[in-house]
Amino acid sequence: MRIRVGHLYPDYLNIYADRGNLAVFERRAALRGHELVVQPIGLGDPLDPAAYDLLYIGGGQDREQALIAPDLAARAETLLAAHARGVALLAVCGGYQLLGRGYRGRDGSFMPGAGLFSHETVAGDVRMIGDVLLSCELEPGIRQQIAGFENHAGRTLLDAGAEPLGRVVHGFGNDGESGFEGCRLGSAIGTYLHGPLLPRNPWLADWLLGRALAHAGTGEAPALPPLPDVLEEQAFRVSVERARRRGGKR
Amino acid sequence: MGLRLTLETSAARALGGLSRVARRGGGTTIPGKALWKLDPSAVDRLAAGLPNGVAVMSATNGKTTTTAMAAEILGEGRRLAWNRAGANLLSGIASALVDGRNADLGLFEVDEGAVPEAIARLRPRVVTLGNLFRDQLDRYGELEIVAERWRAAVAALPRDATLVVNADDAVVADLADGRENVVHFGLDDPTHARPQLQHAADSKYCLRCGAPYEFAAAYVGHLGDYRCPNGDHQRPPLDIAARDIELRGLQASRFTLATPVGTIPVELRLPGLYNVYNATTAAALALAAGASLEDVRAGLTRFSAAFGRFERIRAGGKSVLLLLIKNPAGANEVVRTLETGVPPVLIVALNDAIADGQDVSWIWDVDFEPLLEHAGLVIVSGERAAELGLRMTYGGLPDERLEVIPSLERALDRGLGLVEAGTELVVLPTYTAMLALRGILTDRGAVRPYWEGRS
Repeated sequence: MRIRVGHLYPDYLNIYADRGNLAVFERRAALRGHELVVQPIGLGDPLDPAAYDLLYIGGGQDREQALIAPDLAARAETLLAAHARGVALLAVCGGYQLLGRGYRGRDGSFMPGAGLFSHETVAGDVRMIGDVLLSCELEPGIRQQIAGFENHAGRTLLDAGAEPLGRVVHGFGNDGESGFEGCRLGSAIGTYLHGPLLPRNPWLADWLLGRALAHAGTGEAPALPPLPDVLEEQAFRVSVERARRRGGKR
Repeated sequence: MGLRLTLETSAARALGGLSRVARRGGGTTIPGKALWKLDPSAVDRLAAGLPNGVAVMSATNGKTTTTAMAAEILGEGRRLAWNRAGANLLSGIASALVDGRNADLGLFEVDEGAVPEAIARLRPRVVTLGNLFRDQLDRYGELEIVAERWRAAVAALPRDATLVVNADDAVVADLADGRENVVHFGLDDPTHARPQLQHAADSKYCLRCGAPYEFAAAYVGHLGDYRCPNGDHQRPPLDIAARDIELRGLQASRFTLATPVGTIPVELRLPGLYNVYNATTAAALALAAGASLEDVRAGLTRFSAAFGRFERIRAGGKSVLLLLIKNPAGANEVVRTLETGVPPVLIVALNDAIADGQDVSWIWDVDFEPLLEHAGLVIVSGERAAELGLRMTYGGLPDERLEVIPSLERALDRGLGLVEAGTELVVLPTYTAMLALRGILTDRGAVRPYWEGRS
């Protein structure tokens, strides 16, 4: 099957190796006989809510984020419409922040976001940097772990009732206090974890690919044949050990 | 030198000797650490006592090589206090000051994060700022944070200090905006420009209006001849420029150096456009610090390699070529240099200690692909070998041409076993992997420890 990926602002938001995440989607789809077609979406480019099965938005430095923020906020309706159709979405770091209601700077200024996720981010004094281990349950009864790396000054506060991506086992997470990391809303996932996230967490890549395939096809997420994932497993184990040993302490 | 300072420096020097006996990294930081702990202001006093003052150099890429080149130029007829092994925090600079107590001139590479304190304490006469790339974001935060700290440090410089900046880096060049006593250097040879900006290019939007810069030439990452399409900002005119650049594979390079005091041909025993950058930077620094144009020509011609940066080490009948990699921009240039003759066996070693960057995401921003197409075998090693293996796999390297050997020593032996006698094993290590590999080769007698210096 053909999976249509819309990559938002790749020229601006690419600070933490976001292309690694896309390379994982591409290869894991290809190994199962699916084709990934990636369309970059830049400032002012049209975005049809029905045109993509998977949307990706990465992280940038403050300056680049400020350059794209108004354009993204103006797409709020389109993004909500795409999400309502069941389009899969992965937002990392800055992209995750900007898909919330907005970002409040230290000077009191407010940069509005797209408002897909029910959260707000406030500038913090101390950067939260380090390895992270999460425990999560995207499908009822199936517990999984995610290992990654975080580096953010913003503290993201989820609204009451908003579902986090996971609970922090080691590391800081959204705000360094709540014990939550990321946000999950249907087929959309936002997270601070980069590194990139997917090479060492292949199950999450497959989960998103499944959602994208469901959107591209019959609405049902097809079972993806398992892959050997030998190096993936090794890389995951090293990353878990790092999070245990030197992850940020709340 | 006051009595207290004399006692402190003798005590610190004795500690340095002990550390060398104990083979703990050559004592490059131990005595400085001691002095630094005893009395940080001793650094200020030692620096103030240097008759020809202090020159400092910082950049994301090329600090150690550029400073070593400048030392080769300035060392002719001058005694230098110089942090040759790259210990570039204040404690390492303190060590170099202790060791070089009879020096005429201080020459120090400075960690990007330590620039404000180094400038405040050393009161340098010449400050050279080379480039800012995304690097160790886990340690420094974002590139703009480093730039802002540099801006404040530069603003505090006395008016008569000379600021030497890379005109090809929009953010760095802008730090000199409105100052007197500025030297702008850069490359001026569009035949060596990249066809397009690299994937990991930083600083590519106009500092004034945010529009994407137009590049008449992009040389290394975002370094080049940039111009805002709205006319809001552009590369300043070059005072010192490298022209007519000729790159000769993995061996050498040659260029013409144009300066306000004359034009000279430069023969460099180092390959790659990034080393032409380093040489141009070193020339600009050295001229500002008082070198003659002939010193520059002779010094650059004599220069062979800086510690672990491009170092050939004999091992049996073969040689090991160490090419340090530490961030996307630097690693991309190493890849570009290797492209002219991809070695049949290549070791890439990734560690994730603080000095390497604990965040290994940067390997995904390196364009390894040109090597992967042609390399017969890639051995990935180091503590994050598996992660690096994934990078190569997702870059298209088939399993049969990839070996994952986390142990550096075993990877080295495997590589040496595969290359033929009389040929070269190319190794791309991160910083602590480079130190470890050098340590292994030292133990085998293949290389002299770095604190004994080069011949």
